[in-house]
Amino acid sequence: MNNGFEKILVRGNEAVAMGAIDAGCLLFFGYPITPQNEIPEYLSKHLPPLGGEFIQAESEIASINLLLGASATGARAMSSSSSPGISLMQEGLSYMAGSELPVVIVNISRSGPGLGGISASQGDYFQATRGGGHGDYRMIVLAPSTVQEMYDLTCLAFDLSDKYRNPAMILGDALIGQMKEPLIRQKPEKMDLPPKDWALTGARGRKPNKIKSLYLQEGELTEHNWKLYQKYERMKKEEVRFETVNAEDARFVIVAFGSMARVSKTAMEMAREEGMKVGLFRPITLFPYPEKGLHDISKQVKKFLTVELNTGQMVEDVKLSVDRDAQVYFYGKPPGALPPPEEILEEIKKYY
Amino acid sequence: MELVFKRPECLIDVPFHFCPGCHHGIAHRLVAEAIDHFKIREKTIGVASVGCSVFMYDYFNIDVLEAPHGRASAVASGVKRAKKDAIVFTIQGDGDLGAIGIAEGIHTANRGENITLIFANNGIYGMTGGQMAPTTLLGQKTTTSPYGRDFTYDGYPIRMAEMMATLEGSAFVARVAVNNPGNLMKAKKAVRKAFQMQVEEMGFSFVEILMSCPTNWGLSSLEANRRVGEEMIPYFPLGILKERKMADYL
Repeated sequence: MNNGFEKILVRGNEAVAMGAIDAGCLLFFGYPITPQNEIPEYLSKHLPPLGGEFIQAESEIASINLLLGASATGARAMSSSSSPGISLMQEGLSYMAGSELPVVIVNISRSGPGLGGISASQGDYFQATRGGGHGDYRMIVLAPSTVQEMYDLTCLAFDLSDKYRNPAMILGDALIGQMKEPLIRQKPEKMDLPPKDWALTGARGRKPNKIKSLYLQEGELTEHNWKLYQKYERMKKEEVRFETVNAEDARFVIVAFGSMARVSKTAMEMAREEGMKVGLFRPITLFPYPEKGLHDISKQVKKFLTVELNTGQMVEDVKLSVDRDAQVYFYGKPPGALPPPEEILEEIKKYY
Repeated sequence: MELVFKRPECLIDVPFHFCPGCHHGIAHRLVAEAIDHFKIREKTIGVASVGCSVFMYDYFNIDVLEAPHGRASAVASGVKRAKKDAIVFTIQGDGDLGAIGIAEGIHTANRGENITLIFANNGIYGMTGGQMAPTTLLGQKTTTSPYGRDFTYDGYPIRMAEMMATLEGSAFVARVAVNNPGNLMKAKKAVRKAFQMQVEEMGFSFVEILMSCPTNWGLSSLEANRRVGEEMIPYFPLGILKERKMADYL
């Protein structure tokens, strides 16, 4: 462990693994899939010497259920995967949301549908932000756009997940996962979190604890769903995170997250050089979505360009957030190739 | 007067919801007796599977976690890996273990997870109302094999204990029945042995219990009990299939 200020050059995926260890996660269960393999590879090497456990499970279905068991004991546990593997985890995530169990899942997403490809994509936005599995639930979704954020947001995800007793997801992609950038590995201060008195530790000197998601008595499930809803509402009040760049004097704002926010930022700078007052709005939490932050900007700014590596998903949330007289344009790039900033600049010019 | 028979300490004093004549309650009692015997109630964590066994937490006076359908052995493995001093067991039905969760079951055994898996085999889906199970016998009529199970369409009943015994990771594998006092005593011994293996950190222990399901078999309690001996045991022979003597890993 560095004393906080040493800069190291690491891949995004390694930064996630380091963040997990620094957040006190000593349990990792996963299944190989490109482009996230550096995470299990790093942890299979580094967890055992720390007294932790690493299991290469038989599937992502097994991984998420190993996590369900580990999390129920109160331990911090994590898995990482990529889009098709994340699909296999949806059943377990629904159960964990229903059973109110914390867990951190990292999706270094690739492209789909189906086997798709291994290039970067943001096609899992709906799956991540709308629950993904069956039933009425949400996950906390954090979208890093730098290697530093891969580390910082992984640490944060553990705290938020514990705070709300709810699954949290890091939604990265092949680009952020594979690239190297400097990282300051500085262990963040842990949040003040409630004790895990619900954990299964053996019923010694107390009544047995039960962790379940089955509610058959009349009214029970209704009540349980409202309880979960209240939790999501609290997240919306307390956990929204976003970044704005040059929003103060902007008359045109690009909205993009993760890797696309990086390209969009360059496009914004190019536009500024040409004298256009362009700003950037980057949601960091995709759930809870920064609706208010976006709405506030839309009181002054009336033109928004949403840029995504898909054919249009987050743009729906942008439309729901902005003032009703604001125009929302969309530039989408389905998986295959990243758009260069020049392409986005052209779009800006089209609508500016 | 000396008290010679009482409710195990780790069973809560409530009536089981199981149908009359169902063997599930007996299986619960055998597990409870084993937990009491080793005085491990306060460090035992149960994993409830989906099926008639899901209400485990209403009966056992221990910490219980509910698993998704088929995933109980993966969930139990996760509990154990996170909390190595806990005694972890699950009761899985034939649909749960033999069909939807067969991968998790086999790999749990193969990794030699130090947990105890009680396999409740009644050859039918009880909770969903009597559909064909992977262990439904040939010719047996169920709601989804109305003409009787035919191997040309449905394949053969799976012998889970034999399969588990082939895996190097399993330390103890037995198949028992509770259809008469003699078999019941052997079943009690096997379940106790399975927990002993875990207490002694010998690795994965597995006990298949042949059970009746009078309701979904369409038989009276007595007829169903008789069927276990006459039809199930000939196809699913009883006995200890594997018993590791030392905690060796080859």
